[in-house]
Amino acid sequence: MRLGATFKVAGRALRKNKLRSVLTALGIIIGVGAVIAMVSIGNGAKAQVQAQIASLGQNILQVFSGSVTASGIRTGFGGAGTLKIEDAEAIRREVPGVAAVSEEVASTAQVAAGNQNWFTRILGESAEYFDIRQWPLADGASYSSQDVRSANKVCVIGHTTAYNIYGDEDPVGQVLRIKGVPFVVTGVLTQKGFSLQGTDQDDVVIMPFTSAMKRVAGGTTLRNINVQIASEDQIESAQQQIVSLLRQRHNIRSGRDDDFTVRNQQEVADTANATADVMTGLLFAVACVSLVVGGIGIMNIMLVSVTERTREIGVRLAVGAHGRDILTQFLIEAVVLSAMGGVIGIVAGIVASKVISMVKNWPTVISPLWMLIAFLVSAAVGIFFGFYPAREASRLDPIDALRYE
Amino acid sequence: MSEGNQSNGVVVELDDVHKIYRSGDMEVHAVCGVSLKIQTGEFVALMGSSGSGKSTLMNILGCLDRPTRGRYLLDGQDVSHLERDQLADYRNSKLGFVFQSFNLLPRTSARENVELPLLYGARRLTNAELREKSDEVLKSVGLAGREDHHPSQLSGGQQQRVAIGRALINDPEVLLADEPTGNLDSRTSVEIMEIFQRLNDHGITVIMVTHEADIASYARRNVVMRDGLVKTDRAVTQRFIAADEMTKLGRLEPEADETQS
Repeated sequence: MRLGATFKVAGRALRKNKLRSVLTALGIIIGVGAVIAMVSIGNGAKAQVQAQIASLGQNILQVFSGSVTASGIRTGFGGAGTLKIEDAEAIRREVPGVAAVSEEVASTAQVAAGNQNWFTRILGESAEYFDIRQWPLADGASYSSQDVRSANKVCVIGHTTAYNIYGDEDPVGQVLRIKGVPFVVTGVLTQKGFSLQGTDQDDVVIMPFTSAMKRVAGGTTLRNINVQIASEDQIESAQQQIVSLLRQRHNIRSGRDDDFTVRNQQEVADTANATADVMTGLLFAVACVSLVVGGIGIMNIMLVSVTERTREIGVRLAVGAHGRDILTQFLIEAVVLSAMGGVIGIVAGIVASKVISMVKNWPTVISPLWMLIAFLVSAAVGIFFGFYPAREASRLDPIDALRYE
Repeated sequence: MSEGNQSNGVVVELDDVHKIYRSGDMEVHAVCGVSLKIQTGEFVALMGSSGSGKSTLMNILGCLDRPTRGRYLLDGQDVSHLERDQLADYRNSKLGFVFQSFNLLPRTSARENVELPLLYGARRLTNAELREKSDEVLKSVGLAGREDHHPSQLSGGQQQRVAIGRALINDPEVLLADEPTGNLDSRTSVEIMEIFQRLNDHGITVIMVTHEADIASYARRNVVMRDGLVKTDRAVTQRFIAADEMTKLGRLEPEADETQS
C-alpha cells in the first residue's frame, strides 16, 4: 500500500477519536516535556557554573590556612592562622609556574561615609589580586604595590557597597570610614554577580592586605593565599610543590596532616558540575519512566483500536491487503500518535523551562540536539509499543475478522 | 480476463475438494469432496441450509481459505496451496466480494470505500487516476452524485451498491456474493439482482450464496449443497429477469428507494 494513503488512513483514524488520541498522547507529551525542561534547566545550571568558574579567574589555586582534619581539631578553612606573609613570598619565589600571588585577609566591618553606613566584607589583598580575578575597575584606579608595602589607607569598593554608601554619587576620592579609620576610595569595581556559594561578590571593600592586618582585622596571619598559575598543565605540579614547600616551612613531619589546604578551582567546578549532573540524571530517569508509561498507554489504546476495527481489517484483507500492509497501517498510527505527542511535548517543555526561568529565576538553555533526541525517542516509543498491537492485527484471519461482531 | 484462455473458458474448477476443521478431538467435515466447474460468464446461485457447507465452499472459492484436500483452479491456476499473501494478491486481482452486511468502512466516503482494493493492487495509481476510476465505477452502479456520502448517509441498497462498486473496481474475473440481499427488503433486493444480471450480461462471472429460492431464480444455474456435498446442480428453467420484476414492483410502490439520501 502506498505510504501516503497509509498516513491518510492513520490520520483519519486518530481524528475520529480526538479526545482519545489526545489523552493517549498525553503520556508522551508529559514525558517529552519533562525531558526538555529538565535538560534545559540542567544545561542552564552548568552554563552558570561555567560562567562563575570563569569569573573566579583562570588557573587559580587557593591555599587556605587550617585543614579540615588538622590533628583532630577541626577549625575549618582560614581558621588556624597558620599561613604567614613569608609563606606567600616563598611560593612567589620558589614554585615554578606561578604567575601571580595575592595574600588574602578577610574580615567584616561596619563602614560609613557621610550619614550612610553599611555592614560589609573587608578583603585585604595584594595589588595583583584584580589581575588574578580578572576583575577590572569600573571607575578610578586600583592601589599599587607601594600602597601595599606602606600599608596605606586606600581601598577599592564593590558595586553593591558603592551603591549602598554613596548612592548615585561618585565614590572615587571620597573618604570611607572603616572601623573608624578613614580610607580613601581609589576605585569602584565592575559588577561580578553572585558566587557559586551564593554570596554577593560585589558587596565588598578591598584594600592592601597590610592595611587590613594593621587597621581592620588585626593579627599577622593570612586567611588564604590566591595563586595564579601561568598555564593549565602546570597546575597539578604547582599544587604538589606548594604542598611540599609549606610542609617543609611549617616543619610538618611525614605522617602528620597538613595544617593548610590547597584547593583547585577546577575541582570546585567539577563538584558543582557533578551535582548538576546527578540532579539532571535523576529528573531524566523520572522523565523516562513517564515515557514508558506513555508508551504503555499507546499500546493499550492501539489494542482497543485493533479490536474495534477487526471488521475493517477483515475487509482490507479480503480485498487484497497483505499482512504487512495492516502491520504498517497500525504501526504508523501508533508512531503518528507518539510523534505528535513528542512535538507537543517539545513545545510544552520549552514553555515550561521559560516559565521556570522566569518564576524561579533559574537560567535555562534549550538544546536543539535534545529536541531532536526527544522527538526520535517518542517516535521510537510509538514503534516499540505499537508493534505488538499492529502485529496482532496483521495476523488476523480474514474470515474470522469479517465475521467479528 | 485474457490469461484464462488455456482453461477453455472454465474460470473456476474444483476437483474433489475437502475441508476438515479440527476443534479439539472433534473433526468436522464441512466439505466432503466437491467437484465443480464454472465457465466464464455463468451466474451461479449456491444454495443449501445452514451447516450444508456452502459458506465453507464460498470461503474456498473466495481464496479466503484453503482446501484440506483436493485442487482449486482459479482462472487456470492452482491456488490450493498458496501462501497467505499470494492468496491476497489473487483476491485483489481476480475476485470481487459482496457481503450480506455490506462491510463498508464507516465514516469513510463512498469514493474512498470503492478505492480500497486499488490501494492494495500491484499498480500504483495517482490520486487523479484513483478518483477517476472510482467515480466511473460508482456511476456504473447508479451512485453518481453520492461519491462523498458516508455509509451512514446511504440507504441499505445504496450501501450494497457501493460494496458492489468496490468489488468491481479491479475488473475481477469472478464476483462472489455472500447473501447479498440478506439485509435488504424485497424491492431493493430486486435492484441488486438487476445490477448482477446486468454485470453478468457484460460477461462477468457471478457466484452468489443465497437461501432464498426466488433470489436464486435470478441466476442461470443453481447448485444446492447438503452435508458437505453437491446435492443438485441444474440450470434455472424459469429465470426471473430483474428489469421485468422492477416494472411490476414499480407499479405497486413507486419510487421507494429515492427517499433516503
